[in-house]
Amino acid sequence: MGSLAERLRRIVGAEQVITHEHQLRTYESDGLLQYAVTPAAVVLPGSADEVAEVVRACHEAEVPWVARGAGSGLSGGALPVAEGVLIGLNRLRRILAVDLDDQRVLVEPGVTNVAVSQAVGPSHFYPPDPSSQIVCTVGGNVAENSGGAHCFKYGFTTNYVTGLELVLSDGSRVTLGGKELDRPGYDLVGAFVGSEGTLGIATRIWLRVVPKPESVRTLVAFFGSTVQAGEVVSEIVSSGVVPGAIEMMDNLSIRAAEAHTGAGYPADAGAALVVELDGSEAECSTRFGEVVAICERAGADSVRVARDDAERELIWKARKAAFAAMGRVAPNYYVQDSVIPRTRLAEVLRQIEELAHEYELQVANVFHAGDGNLHPLVCYDASKTGEAERAEELAGLIVQACVDAGGSITGEHGVGIDKKRYMPAMFGESDLSAFQRLRCAFDPDQRANPGKVMPTPRLCGEVPGPYRRHPLEAAGVAERF
Amino acid sequence: MAGAPRPPVTRGAGAAATAAAPSSREELAEALGEAGKAGTPVRFRGGGTKLGWGAGGAEDAVVISTAGLDRIVEHNAGDLTAVLEAGVPLARAQETFAAAGQMLALDPPADGATIGGVIATADSGPLRARYGGPRDLVVGMRVALSDGTLAKSGGKVIKNVAGYDLGKLFTGAFGTLGAIVEVSVRLHPAPPATATALGSSSDPDELGRAARALARSPLEHHGLDVRWATGSGNAMVRFAGATPRPQAEAAAKLLHEEGLATEIVEDDEELWRGQRERQRGKAVVRVSGLPTQVPAVVRAAERLGAPVVGRASLGLFWVRLERATSEAVETLRRELSPAPCVVLDRPTELDVDPWGPLDGATLALMRRVKESFDPAGVCNPGVYLL
Repeated sequence: MGSLAERLRRIVGAEQVITHEHQLRTYESDGLLQYAVTPAAVVLPGSADEVAEVVRACHEAEVPWVARGAGSGLSGGALPVAEGVLIGLNRLRRILAVDLDDQRVLVEPGVTNVAVSQAVGPSHFYPPDPSSQIVCTVGGNVAENSGGAHCFKYGFTTNYVTGLELVLSDGSRVTLGGKELDRPGYDLVGAFVGSEGTLGIATRIWLRVVPKPESVRTLVAFFGSTVQAGEVVSEIVSSGVVPGAIEMMDNLSIRAAEAHTGAGYPADAGAALVVELDGSEAECSTRFGEVVAICERAGADSVRVARDDAERELIWKARKAAFAAMGRVAPNYYVQDSVIPRTRLAEVLRQIEELAHEYELQVANVFHAGDGNLHPLVCYDASKTGEAERAEELAGLIVQACVDAGGSITGEHGVGIDKKRYMPAMFGESDLSAFQRLRCAFDPDQRANPGKVMPTPRLCGEVPGPYRRHPLEAAGVAERF
Repeated sequence: MAGAPRPPVTRGAGAAATAAAPSSREELAEALGEAGKAGTPVRFRGGGTKLGWGAGGAEDAVVISTAGLDRIVEHNAGDLTAVLEAGVPLARAQETFAAAGQMLALDPPADGATIGGVIATADSGPLRARYGGPRDLVVGMRVALSDGTLAKSGGKVIKNVAGYDLGKLFTGAFGTLGAIVEVSVRLHPAPPATATALGSSSDPDELGRAARALARSPLEHHGLDVRWATGSGNAMVRFAGATPRPQAEAAAKLLHEEGLATEIVEDDEELWRGQRERQRGKAVVRVSGLPTQVPAVVRAAERLGAPVVGRASLGLFWVRLERATSEAVETLRRELSPAPCVVLDRPTELDVDPWGPLDGATLALMRRVKESFDPAGVCNPGVYLL
């Protein structure tokens, strides 16, 4: 590492390379604090050229590396490798182009999510809106294919990235896609987004932005139970309404968030349902009336409609504070990110309740109800012997219940280090080996974020056989495929 | 799979001969695996509507048809998702969804294509402006590879980030990485009503300005197209939902302010079907440009005497060459550079590279991806770029 560190200092300057133990500790975890690994070095390049040189230096020294944005990820995706280099991308934070006529923005990976919307406002916005949007970076969003509260209607990061400039794991540079849609060739942009830092580092990102809707209407309705609220969600969606956001909280998260924010949610409500419609004035008004009627017909205890932006902010404040407020329930929590088909909501919630009872732990539920993305928060006290292990076991059973219901182990947080053990619940050996084919095409030495996503280590070159030229190609008839 | 009845594999002359018609995904994978082992080139065939797209293909290829994979495996109306085998005709899937008041928001020209073929070629229509293209609607995929394995990625839920998104990799890959055998898709509610604001102009710049004004407006459209033929054209924007008329009126006002003659069309199905059909022709060049290139594309097409339709907010255009010459294609590529111009439909006598140039490093990476997924090199050889 000594000579590599020297080389890194020559590339980025001595002050941008960290090797002191106590300074390295700053980077030992990302947003998932259960995991901590101190890297051998942290390097903070200031340009795409420097990123390429840093990666090339690692490649030549045969040292693995992990890229990191804001470190706000919740799956341990930016967890360092002990023998490796952590490449921090926060210094690459320029917005390079804003073109509202073509609805595109070109950014560096360290730009924060919220800065993109700020750069194109007030006429436009960038729809993916993870709860961490004030700090999380676009580069991290690309790695994780981040979603957010509004992705039921608007889609995820992958639906908004049109082009990428990458540094591959040998330090070479490549451009995928571009400002335009549909460039000829494989959709490698689509393959790269959500690859969790295992295929390379994006140094420039073309994003699509969209006009801000004319009208936004928000309500929160309170119900006796999550099952009742879940039925309302199904009714709203099957009536043909596509809400901008539709979010649910259960009683435990309502109480915690209310104590934290004072947003005025009744502490005895079994469930809170936040519904937001956006779009044209006329369409919004018509549809909003329908939603209010559905809530009332279903026996909502109360329906509160935001009359202005301040009231709308207040409704969202409680929802967005739900994770942070969990500290009031228990000193520690595991956050899960499972997805289920929305119609199985009542059944899976009942299972979670039974499991929580059996394990004698509290589970708070906060979810993106429109797309069935649950965030069960398994509360525990790490200082009590065995409770962390019990919580982990319970969390695993919840994930399994969601997969059994036809869902996924992760909707937006990524697999990272935390959920890779659950991958076999969703994918068989042939599926995993197909994933590996992609990995090996991009990063045959597997130095980019090793040990993440795949449940067990596997080599490149085993599965795909040697390339054989097609007879036509050999005959010089064709050199295409 | 030992002991399973082997699907018939016979060699035919050229791409017209159907040689294998497996009736399950396992059979298809087995047929492909056999071909992979023998080094025999294969050509995948769905509805056979776009076999002329791409660069032809191997003369001696064995055709593997997905005609036998035609089951609608699941339609989860409550979840707005469906699982379809690759050989399901898109039109049949849409009929099923429509019965539940739903739709797959994918409306390429109605030509008898299968869902697998539409996704393998990434074909799309006007709805893409609102709902995204095939890449954005596929939530899971099962593929067969040339070593005979079946692999899946994604799942059945609309939100899922577990594992690599191989669905996007295979979408638009023209079957060169393997065969798509099954897809999971996201559905949307079918809107109860639609209305279109139609503006006319004989000035390409005016048309471009009008389209841009619509694209920048907060009106939530369901399709924003332009078209042009022999000296005049239209900007057309469609609205859908419970109350489309007020939005169409607001859009008509915008068009009028830009100087266009306008009308509102409430019975607009024919109008949009026409837009879709004009994506096809004797020789069609798809221009992957930008929204601001509306006037440039219109002028370039006009000089060639070619009509054009386009997705104004996406910057995608289809130029129908009446005189299909390689010079005409080269002219478009030169004048609209750096926008890629890909030749889709073309007469056999038009000798042209359908894909156009690609950057060397990008090409090298794509070649590594191809070699990794199809090391035998048997999947649709000759069809794709590189």
